[in-house]
Amino acid sequence: MQGRRRRELAIQALLAAALLAALWWLLDVTAANMAERGIRSGFDFLKEPAGFAIGESLLPFDSADSTLWALAAGLANTLRVTLPAIVISTLLGTLIGLGRLSPNLLLRGLCIAYVETLRNVPLLLQLLAWYFVVTDLLPLASEALQLAPHVFLSKSGLSLPWVGGDGGLFDLPLRGEMGIAGGAALTPEFLTLLLGLSLYTAAYVAETVRAGIQAVPRGQSDAALALGLTRVQLFRLVLLPQALRSIIPPLTNQQLSLTKNASLAVAIGYPDLVSVANTTLNQTGRAAECIALIMAVYLILSLLTAWLSAWLERRTGRWAERS
Amino acid sequence: MNRRRANCRWPRLPAEMAGTAAAPAPVARMHSCPTFAPRLTDPMKLPNIARPWPAAIALLALLLHLPAAHAGRTLDQVRQRAQLVCGVSTGVIGFSSADSQGRWNGLDVDVCRAIAAAVLNDPNKVKYVPLNAQQRFTALQSGEVDLLSRNTTWTLTRDASLGLHFTAITYYDGQGFLVPKKLKLTSAKQLKNAEICVQSGTTTEKNLSDYFKAQGIKIKPVVFEKFEASIKAFFSGRCQAYTTDASALAFIRSKEAPRPDDYLILPELISKEPLGPVVRRGDDEWFAIVKWVIFALIEAEEYGVTQANLEQMKASADPAIQRLLGSAEDSGKLLGLERDWAARAVKAVGNYGEIFQRNVGSASPLKLPRGVNALWNKGGLMYAPPIR
Repeated sequence: MQGRRRRELAIQALLAAALLAALWWLLDVTAANMAERGIRSGFDFLKEPAGFAIGESLLPFDSADSTLWALAAGLANTLRVTLPAIVISTLLGTLIGLGRLSPNLLLRGLCIAYVETLRNVPLLLQLLAWYFVVTDLLPLASEALQLAPHVFLSKSGLSLPWVGGDGGLFDLPLRGEMGIAGGAALTPEFLTLLLGLSLYTAAYVAETVRAGIQAVPRGQSDAALALGLTRVQLFRLVLLPQALRSIIPPLTNQQLSLTKNASLAVAIGYPDLVSVANTTLNQTGRAAECIALIMAVYLILSLLTAWLSAWLERRTGRWAERS
Repeated sequence: MNRRRANCRWPRLPAEMAGTAAAPAPVARMHSCPTFAPRLTDPMKLPNIARPWPAAIALLALLLHLPAAHAGRTLDQVRQRAQLVCGVSTGVIGFSSADSQGRWNGLDVDVCRAIAAAVLNDPNKVKYVPLNAQQRFTALQSGEVDLLSRNTTWTLTRDASLGLHFTAITYYDGQGFLVPKKLKLTSAKQLKNAEICVQSGTTTEKNLSDYFKAQGIKIKPVVFEKFEASIKAFFSGRCQAYTTDASALAFIRSKEAPRPDDYLILPELISKEPLGPVVRRGDDEWFAIVKWVIFALIEAEEYGVTQANLEQMKASADPAIQRLLGSAEDSGKLLGLERDWAARAVKAVGNYGEIFQRNVGSASPLKLPRGVNALWNKGGLMYAPPIR
């Protein structure tokens, strides 16, 4: 038994070594081919000034800052939209998933219609449709709607007072020649992407939640109802704890897709990581490097999410055993 | 059926086929497994290697080394396959765009046709590969196209660090702004705090940032990947200005605007955009051919040689025209082409002036003035070194 285990380990180590060697060799050939053709390679361009502006950025960014900082600003913009979208889609999806199991015919019908419509229309189309509806409906920036003192709504987005700025403690949006100046703005691009991603992913989350609850044996709810538990108690104490164990892994998959789907931002002009990396690629011509960077970032994001999910799974497992 | 599927799941390695005597008619089965099959259609010629792994690695090595091996003479390859592979845009009216029948036309396309005529004596022997801004340089570097003729701006970074050579300038462009008249703007310097719609993947974004930084003005770019989306967003009022090369602005205003009269193009051009075809480094003969075909088209305009009067001009007494059209000295020999290389190019697409008028000038929907693209002796910048 010991000998067999050792042999298996040795084979695995050999395979891993072969894989690494193949990978190294691939990179080596690519680098050699590029050098032979006089194509500059390497990541030195990251330290150079970016030279382009980013429309909206969570991190303070100026075109004189380094390309690396530009990519960081892009990543921050990606996270700025994915994190709230993950929360919104999970909450909304759970509600709709529960709605699909409701005895109320109207509610159930509405939830089914929601899931089937949003799930079966490609996300890119949904984003473009939302975006152009939003930009067509809102008033021009020069004729912005004033919702409250210093709160404006227009094609340039929702302008709000914000801390800091040049003028003092608060930066207040004011009407200027070019529309609204100052304050913090939630642009139509950001709002559309947040809305589109959340609504689309919620449809998938709803199906996952429904399937998870239906996977709990019927005897469990029969027994709970026989014991005199209310419907709310039934869900809270019996169904949900057991369902969570089967819900979390597919739910993680959905949220992983959401993160990756956020790269569709380029279509509607939101400066996410892919958008910034695309611009960098064009300015510098370093295609292989920029694509590798995008891949590495998404890989890290995915691994982090998977790790978080594994941790959650362990916790809910324990919770389910306790209750 | 199941067995057939199982065979499809993995590419048949050469060794498996050579080693298994009972392998039943691999070629016939290939048709049901289209993914990996085409490379292995002739099992007789494959090497007889006992184990599949070394065979797979050898195959992979071959594939990966192929691109390096072909960095030879582009001219020979073009002649051998009797086709010029030309990288063009995915659709820029007037420069390179496909019509409803899939025929490509435009100024950049005519350059490809002229080169095909000079090299292969047939302007139609061109395969057009539409490339977006992100793909274009990689496609040329990897040898997918022989020539990139895709309104690409000549800049130092591109010329010096991408393993490419810019050949000659076929169009002098500059970046401008389109704004709604309602904003009552007269200069780009008034665009303070404006949001400006722009399509990604050009030098446009950098120019925009450079110009307004120099003016000390803050603006917000809204960057779209697709041309259509950027235009739609601008005309729905999302941005206070739209920016791109001036050659495209005129078209966008006249063809895409809901009401052209509601929009105007600001007078400032904020950048120099010399556009021209690009070739790979390391093949000086091909570099010279592309460069001189373009010079010949410009020279033909200078000497008044047109598509229509070409045959009469061959009998001209002017030695410069005789040299250009190959009726006296053989200038083709020096380029590795036939004697009448330049005459063929002019016959195929006309001289530079004719190409300009037909695609972007007065005879086209764009109606762009010649401006700086006029010949040097008519107040423009188009100047070709002499063919002698």
